[in-house]
Amino acid sequence: MTERYVLAVDQGTTSTRAIVFDRGGRLVAVRQREHRQFFPRPGWVEHDPEEIWANTQLTAAQVLRDVAGRPGRVVALGIANQRETTVVWERATGRPVLRALVWQDTRTGPLVEELSARPDAAIVRERAGMEIAGYFAGPRLRWVLDAVPRARERAERGELLFGTMESWLIWNLTGGPDGGVHVTDVTNASRTLLMDVRTCAWDPDLLDFFGVPGAMLPEIRPSIGVLGTATALPVPVPIGGALGDQQAALFGQTCFSPGEAKCTYGTGSFLLQNTGTELVHSAHGLISTVAYQLAGEPAHYALEGSIAVTGALVQWLRDGLGLIGSAPEVETLARTVDDNGGCYIVPAFSGLLAPHWQGEARGLVAGLTSYVTKGHLARAVLEATGWQTRDVVRAMDADSGLPLSALRVDGGMTTNNLLMQFLADVLDTPVVRPMVGETVSLGAGYAAGLAVGMWSDTEALRGNWHRSAQWSPRPQRAAELDAEYAAWERAVRLSIAWGDRHFR
Amino acid sequence: MFDIVGRIWPTVPAMPGSVQSLERAAAILRAIAGSGGQMGVTELAGAVGLAKTTAHGLLRTLLSLGFVEQDADSGRYLLGTGLLDLGSHYLDANELRSRASNWCDSLAARSGCSVRLGTLAGFQVVVVHHVFRPDDSAQELEVGAALPAHATVLGKVLLAFRPAASRPPADPRLERSTAATIVDPAALTAELKGVRGRGWAVQREERVPGEGGLAAPVHGAGGLVVAALGVTAPVPEVFGSAGAVRPALLEMVLEAAAAVSRELVRS
Repeated sequence: MTERYVLAVDQGTTSTRAIVFDRGGRLVAVRQREHRQFFPRPGWVEHDPEEIWANTQLTAAQVLRDVAGRPGRVVALGIANQRETTVVWERATGRPVLRALVWQDTRTGPLVEELSARPDAAIVRERAGMEIAGYFAGPRLRWVLDAVPRARERAERGELLFGTMESWLIWNLTGGPDGGVHVTDVTNASRTLLMDVRTCAWDPDLLDFFGVPGAMLPEIRPSIGVLGTATALPVPVPIGGALGDQQAALFGQTCFSPGEAKCTYGTGSFLLQNTGTELVHSAHGLISTVAYQLAGEPAHYALEGSIAVTGALVQWLRDGLGLIGSAPEVETLARTVDDNGGCYIVPAFSGLLAPHWQGEARGLVAGLTSYVTKGHLARAVLEATGWQTRDVVRAMDADSGLPLSALRVDGGMTTNNLLMQFLADVLDTPVVRPMVGETVSLGAGYAAGLAVGMWSDTEALRGNWHRSAQWSPRPQRAAELDAEYAAWERAVRLSIAWGDRHFR
Repeated sequence: MFDIVGRIWPTVPAMPGSVQSLERAAAILRAIAGSGGQMGVTELAGAVGLAKTTAHGLLRTLLSLGFVEQDADSGRYLLGTGLLDLGSHYLDANELRSRASNWCDSLAARSGCSVRLGTLAGFQVVVVHHVFRPDDSAQELEVGAALPAHATVLGKVLLAFRPAASRPPADPRLERSTAATIVDPAALTAELKGVRGRGWAVQREERVPGEGGLAAPVHGAGGLVVAALGVTAPVPEVFGSAGAVRPALLEMVLEAAAAVSRELVRS
């Protein structure tokens, strides 16, 4: 049998990567290209959709060329994308009406406040499964419709199209103005606030609430299932699936059973727990989101805890304070001391996300004494990631009733052994890292391969998952940290109070 | 490159305003670093386009500064510990792990063996990174462990490629882990010489009965060996029926070590 490969495109916040995987889920070739970040005003973050499309075409063509000499062929393309980033473009020309509004962009703050104050605002939480927040795509789309002259009227006539990044790429890959397929997948649609999270269809009342014309919306499709053929690549390849990046990582980590969870540790961190085919409404500050859907099957759901600042705190130690020369050196510095010296850092640089959702909270360093050295600060920096994970895991236990038996981790911070051991101790749960660190791309690749029968089912994928490392909790340390957790919680309350206008 | 009368252009062109002997010395250091091992004076002179006597004079100065060292047996030159002390070559172990991580994962996934990356501390190997054997069996993470250098495949690579490799091992007490551990200093010196010549090391049940290993050097910026990268597996997975190292495994290890070296030089 000739070898078959899948091509995954990971369209991320800072770069676009094209990766080819084999049937064993092993990385065969990779190409990457960064794109520009635009910051036109404080709090505004934009990307050029045409640049991202060009980078996608380029990296995909390069990586296809890299594997062209091998026996076998690439049988499907899967896409994972930065979530909630919003693109609006002209159907006839393919030209975006504005640059993309990136998920980190906070310009919709006043709009969100206005929408939240409406008497009918409760339907958003009830139908979409999430609170109204500037983090999601719906308010951004509304902002574009308000800001661009005649946009709403043109959208109603079907002249303008909306999409998150995967819609934009699929439309272009399948022909663009010349017959491009205008679709999104359920995971991405679940991040718009416009979809009924139970029926997985656009909700007319939500469209009404946000003032969005239905004519401009993409068709919602399962995450795994052929969406069209990528004719814009040198070799036409069927597009077998698309997933938001964090859902793709959950899929790549083969968390297919209720209770299985992964956390991706990057600039920020995202913990997702599979809750099965039943939607779990969070009562503890988590997001109910779609995990994935195979064509012809019911959607699987997840609870999500998003942490804004984890790796970014290490970057701050490096760039803001200059205490380390490179990010990995934080571990070296932290190992110069045995504990945090009573010091806690709450990195609420632009508020706190899950499970607190306190946009006005601000960061603080608590417990400073003359005993505290830069080594203790480095410990506190790493521990902040562990404590924040514990906050999210506690909320998840309470919401899902599915206690974590192990946490699967990925992302750049997982090479930090001190942090991984701290996580195991502070969660009192084994922490396990998989052999393939590129879980986002792998998830997209798996989705695509499943759609075209390269793998028979999700069980076949489990066989590809292997541990590369495991950190086990040490009972005595776990008990100590359990006692110390109250101090962290006190520090969090202080950071919330610091930003609270009633407290001023 | 040849000029019109067929003479070889010196590969160290004199730049206006520069100190020629410094340029030449730098070229010599680069040539040794680029060779990844040792070079004789004739070979060096040829490589940098200098007369043998000129090269010899420069080498004597570099030797006195500790920037090169001379192998006691062969008289060939290798990079000296003086270069390590310059500071720019200091490589943080956590930085090393972070840069090497993807390549180590890939080596474990492809080879089916466990992977370790180590550095030398005295006569011990400190495990900087460890990737489990991908069979989901129970395994303990060994990061931070200090292992006897002479009994491990990583240690043999690191001892063989020490800048001061010409000297006999500093620690004369070679303790036995298994019946196969090399405990005779002369035998170890011979073994290390072989490793240096081949560019990689093997071990067969020298630390744990039933276990074999294969490792190669990782070069940092400047060409010095800063770490060793290797695989460990049951003996039949490392050695074929005739007792020779499995060529496919050797190729994977050498490729991975070269990839990590490139990663370290890149920044």
